[in-house]
Amino acid sequence: MSDPLIELAGIRKVYGRGTDVEVEVLHGIDLAIAPGEFTALVGPSGSGKSTLLNLIGLLEAPTAGSYRFAGRETAALPEREITRLRATSLGFVCQVHHLLPAFTAVENVLMPGLIAHGPVSAERREAARALLGDVGLGDRVDYLPRKLSGGQQQRVAIARALSIAPPLVLADEPTGNLDTHSADDIFALMRRFNETRGTAFLIVTHDPRLARRCDRIVSLVDGRIAGDEPNVRSS
Amino acid sequence: MPFEWVVALRFLREGRLQTALIVGGAAAGVAVVMFITALVNGLQANTIKRVLGTQAHIVIRPIEEVARPQRDAAAGESVAARVEARAQRLRSIDQWRALEPLLDRTPGVVAVSPMVSGPAFALRGDASKSVAVLGIDPARYDRIVAVGEKLVAGAFRLGPDDAVIGKELAKDLGLAVGDRFRLLTAETGTPVTQNFTVTGVVDLGVRDLNRRSVYVAFRTAQTLLALPGGASQIDLKVEDLFGAEELARRLEAQTGLTVESWMRTNEQLLAAINAQNLSTGTIRTFVALIVAVGIASVLVVWVVQKRREIGILRAMGATRERVQRVFLLQGAIVAVVGSLAGSLLATAMIAAFLRLARNADGTPLFDTITLPPWLYVAAIGGALVGGIAAAILPARSAARLDPAQAIRM
Ligand SMILES: Nc1ncnc2c1ncn2[C@@H]1O[C@H](COP(=O)(O)OP(=O)(O)OP(=O)(O)O)[C@@H](O)[C@H]1O
Ligand SMILES: [Mg+2]
Repeated sequence: MSDPLIELAGIRKVYGRGTDVEVEVLHGIDLAIAPGEFTALVGPSGSGKSTLLNLIGLLEAPTAGSYRFAGRETAALPEREITRLRATSLGFVCQVHHLLPAFTAVENVLMPGLIAHGPVSAERREAARALLGDVGLGDRVDYLPRKLSGGQQQRVAIARALSIAPPLVLADEPTGNLDTHSADDIFALMRRFNETRGTAFLIVTHDPRLARRCDRIVSLVDGRIAGDEPNVRSS
Repeated sequence: MPFEWVVALRFLREGRLQTALIVGGAAAGVAVVMFITALVNGLQANTIKRVLGTQAHIVIRPIEEVARPQRDAAAGESVAARVEARAQRLRSIDQWRALEPLLDRTPGVVAVSPMVSGPAFALRGDASKSVAVLGIDPARYDRIVAVGEKLVAGAFRLGPDDAVIGKELAKDLGLAVGDRFRLLTAETGTPVTQNFTVTGVVDLGVRDLNRRSVYVAFRTAQTLLALPGGASQIDLKVEDLFGAEELARRLEAQTGLTVESWMRTNEQLLAAINAQNLSTGTIRTFVALIVAVGIASVLVVWVVQKRREIGILRAMGATRERVQRVFLLQGAIVAVVGSLAGSLLATAMIAAFLRLARNADGTPLFDTITLPPWLYVAAIGGALVGGIAAAILPARSAARLDPAQAIRM
């Protein structure tokens, strides 16, 4: 097995430290994800899935434990470097409304590149259009998010997450708001990028049907990993 | 375009009403400040121009003779001495010819003109008028007080027997160009008279001056006033109007003569001008403050409304500094666009004002009211600084937003 892309050991997360609402949400998580892995993260509501995703996404820091990203201990990195890692190595797809409403579909897709690599070139613009074509929105590139359906918005979000070709995409209930048909489409799309580009995905889902289509299912219960097994793909 | 510009411009475009409000506020503020600045500066320049139209910036005179008590009071003894000011006799400035080149070389002095002046009577037929004889070299004096521009008849030319007189005096004595009259002086005790031909009539803009002024040639005046080879005063024109008093004090220390600037002789006017500057300064400060607070409060609301977007941008790897710059840039853009619009508005307002404020004959009442280029530069520069300053607080609060919190919403 190749070196893990990310490696968590003994990760704890406490909210409201030092107040009377102090609560430990994650109680020591050990988890490693290899490059190109397509993993589902399941678990009941409130079990800490989003919290774990935020930690892996470097949006929050763990209270205790070690988190290595591509071999580097993240706790030792300065904020600037953490932000740079977010810009260059991570893609996010969330459940709802996380497109920038003031920017068109293609501008949303271009935004991570603009942040990571500076002013947009004609080639990057072309690549962004092509990516939107890949997710089936070739005819909607100049639409504002509010003129797109929920499924279409989620496709834009996936294109945006993939635009800087990160090694890992984190998706928090990407299909949670969609009907079964659209959910299948979105899921298939992610699978396709995983297979064609080797991008690793960590997908939070409540839908057992979709989880079973992943390579590996990690289940979280009450802030602890209750199960972690490879999945024999059923589709 | 860099990230900060893309996002700042798009946010501004998206928040149409808010953008219009703060740009409009900045424009109105800049217009008001520019308008009152131009107006007040113009009116002041107009007043000063009128005052200095007939005055030298600096006048150098002999030291005044000081009257002293006859005896000094010995210790412990009190003396009731009434000291009468002595009547000042007409005297020449000591060594004035040696002084001239020195004045010419003094930095900041643009023109030097010696003068012999004193009292006389102008006589024609039965009429006699008390006048002031002003002995000058027309070419040099014209640089101090532009007499040539003020002629209503004739020319500013002074031969040994020529005189240029004020228009009231001309009327009083019934004189026109080419007519003759006599001047009578008694500086030595024995009266001296000389005949003159009127070569020009001037309107100095002040009735009293028009009634009393008689310009004659420098040498003629020396003879007439019994000051052979002398000069009773030296007039100076300086480069920096408001530096005149300082220069006068320096010259006084240097020469030991009495040196008076226009600022000293017009103290009341200057006090009024200073008071006016203080009040317009206060108005300007408050307008700027109000506009800045307006921009700041709109931006603060904006940051709250844009929390989620800011969170998304931060999650995608935008640093705190870059998010902060987005909002500073918004403040700067609003200020520049607003001040450009404001300066156009001020230009239009001044043009309208000048169109309304006209003399009966249609000539502009105040030709000194202008919008100099520095005022545009200052207005736009000031607005830029103010806009950025106004955005500092909102920009900081935007930079402080926690992306995890913003994204969870
Ligand atoms: N900022 C916070 N401060 C305090 N408690 C928090 C905070 N964020 C999350 N929590 C708590 O942490 C626990 C886990 O939340 P989390 O959002 O990770 O759950 P989840 O597994 O994603 O649930 P769901 O499936 O409903 O999205 C919850 O009890 C929640 O109340
Ligand atoms: Mg969640």
